[in-house]
Amino acid sequence: MTWGESLLWTVTPYVTLVIFVGALVWRYKYDKFGWTTRSSQLYESTLLRVASPLFHYALLFVIVGHVTGLLIPIGWTNAIGVSNHAYHVNALLWGGLAGLATLVALALLIWRRRTNGPVFMATTVNDKVMYAVLAAAIVSGVVTTAAGYAPTEVSYRTTVAPWFRGVFVLQPDVMAMGQASGLYKVHTLIGMVLFVLFPFSRLVHALSAPLGYLFRPYIVYRSRSDSAPRRPARVRVRQNRPL
Amino acid sequence: MKVMAQIAMVMNLDKCIGCHTCSVTCKQTWTNRPGVEYVWFNNVETRPGQGYPRRYEDQERWKGGWELTARGRLRPKAGGRMRKLLSIFANPRMPSIQDYYEPWTYDYENLITAPLSDDVPVAPPRSLISNEPATIRWSANWDDNLGGDPSPDPVLEKVSGEVRTAFEEAYMFYLPRICEHCINPSCVASCPSGALYKRAEDGIVLVDQDRCRGWRMCVTGCPYKKVYFNHKTGKAEKCTFCYPRVEVGLPTVCSETCVGRLRYLGVLLYDADRVAEAASVPDERDLYEAQLGLFVDPESPEAAAAGLPAEWLEAARRSPVYHLITKYRVALPLHPEYRTLPMVWYVPPLSPVVDALSTTGHDGENAGNLFAAIETLRIPIDYLAELFTAGDPAPVTAALRRLAAMRSYMRAVNLGQEPVLPDAGLSEEELKAMYRLLALAKYDERYVIPTAYGNVPGVVEEAGCPLDYDAGRGSQAPFGETSGRPVPVSIENFHGLKERQTSDEVTHDRVNLLNWDGRGTPAGLFPPRKGKS
Repeated sequence: MTWGESLLWTVTPYVTLVIFVGALVWRYKYDKFGWTTRSSQLYESTLLRVASPLFHYALLFVIVGHVTGLLIPIGWTNAIGVSNHAYHVNALLWGGLAGLATLVALALLIWRRRTNGPVFMATTVNDKVMYAVLAAAIVSGVVTTAAGYAPTEVSYRTTVAPWFRGVFVLQPDVMAMGQASGLYKVHTLIGMVLFVLFPFSRLVHALSAPLGYLFRPYIVYRSRSDSAPRRPARVRVRQNRPL
Repeated sequence: MKVMAQIAMVMNLDKCIGCHTCSVTCKQTWTNRPGVEYVWFNNVETRPGQGYPRRYEDQERWKGGWELTARGRLRPKAGGRMRKLLSIFANPRMPSIQDYYEPWTYDYENLITAPLSDDVPVAPPRSLISNEPATIRWSANWDDNLGGDPSPDPVLEKVSGEVRTAFEEAYMFYLPRICEHCINPSCVASCPSGALYKRAEDGIVLVDQDRCRGWRMCVTGCPYKKVYFNHKTGKAEKCTFCYPRVEVGLPTVCSETCVGRLRYLGVLLYDADRVAEAASVPDERDLYEAQLGLFVDPESPEAAAAGLPAEWLEAARRSPVYHLITKYRVALPLHPEYRTLPMVWYVPPLSPVVDALSTTGHDGENAGNLFAAIETLRIPIDYLAELFTAGDPAPVTAALRRLAAMRSYMRAVNLGQEPVLPDAGLSEEELKAMYRLLALAKYDERYVIPTAYGNVPGVVEEAGCPLDYDAGRGSQAPFGETSGRPVPVSIENFHGLKERQTSDEVTHDRVNLLNWDGRGTPAGLFPPRKGKS
């Protein structure tokens, strides 16, 4: 492994993390008003009603897959009697299905966005960049998953995962990451770009998943003083003018 | 008992001439921005008609409002919390832009750039949504004056076929609509983010623009379809009851500018502890009475003990709205069957009955004739009952009888005849007071609005308005247009206007040419010099 690559796997994850967390905090303070899904359902509903739920639900599966794959060490699954082979067959099957569904749905959504006039008009440069990176991440992810089928391939569980876990204890296992195949490395890099883009794009709406709704009373009352203007009201007292 | 106060509105439909002044002034004040071109916080519908958005009253389709579960509990008709979250990725019941109408502008450039030809150049319409040349097929008041086909009216579908034909041929009236600022608002209940809220002090239902995340469930939740999605900012917007005005004691813009002076504003006190109980009575037809039962008499000891500011209690005692709703009982709620306990009420129109009588050659002002007509002319009664009392004709008949009694009694008074008190459940004093309120009431009798809590008496300038952002066409902030800290611009008001016109200094950066009196050069009239900004 070259010095450059070693540096890459040491520095970029922290740069990504700092930008991700820092920019999120900064944006939440600076731009609550811009923090929204920016839905285009008002313009077009038929296609969206199929593609959007498919995309989001499949994406939830993909996220669960990533969390399991990256955070759970091989030792743990072995300990509960799941063989490495069984694990990989499952990962390939469910991960592949979820990945494919995400990809198909994303293709539908991008097609809708490009061909529907009003939706395309409402698409900003920011959106386009985000879509490109998101598509690249998903395509590379699906390809990587498919490539994992080859028995010669080095498992990400012994390469990417230890490195990833190491990042969070400030000891990234650069050697392990260096063993990973090129596909994994490319997917990891695109993933990091996506996380850098995340706070600056409409993706932030993912963090607003309104789970609190399940636990609150239906009707919300708020006092006027809670919602008083952020800046002091311009108050002028009527004065009788001298004639 | 927990007494809460609400600023409510009553509209006297007999006086509405369908001029749309309220709609236009409201639009100029609140929704003249990109993203809300199709939005009318206030609109006027001709009845019978489909309304705006088209057929919004068809709750089998749109699933607005509440329903009772098998166990008799209230649940949003579009589904409870879990179902909302599961369908959050694409709202299955959201009206499309075509259900409202596709807003358009005109391509005026063509007037001066069209090549020389035998025909006069025109300004062709262009869609504000797609920027393409548009064919105008529908708008917010397309079936104005029965201009469209009223047969798809969902309310008309509920009355019988023969009644329907007769009604279409014979009757028409106007129904101005704003947000109902319900006591049991289903839009608030539908909002997953908790951005919509009911203000504790005055009951105004508002959207917190900083908390709204654009899930669009409120659009579905509101059975009156009075919450709208701003497609530029990606946030929900709705009628604000002109709270910056109401807070300083000014009436809403729609009330202020109503040429028929048919709107009344005032305080109503209600018992917040019994809201759920009242909204969940099993029979829809009992909802009107149940809501009446919620209101608290401002003269009662409970009201006095509620800890309300003296000014509010006094306003509640003088409230024209309270008198029209509970004392004279001539005002009725719009679609109580949605179980949202709406707070904009309507005095049903008597004029269709009077007109029908007059065309038959009878004296349309005579109480006996009018009473008989109200009993026999079941057609408007049935329709009005579907609008105002979930189909129960009794309260509509009673309200119309009182209006008819007042009409004939006061005619006798004005003609110098001996007035006979018709039997409509009102005393002579009440009849006269009701006449005063409905026919003569001046500005300060129609609008009895206490100023907001904590305001210095005499403060007349409104607070900065957090909804009315100038999004600025084409300007793109870092995260797409309209992101970043919005700059509130104050809505126009009469005092502000006067101030500007009579003072020497210019106080606003934003130039409103409509109100510019031509004196001096207001800041912002010309773009800043380069490098100076």
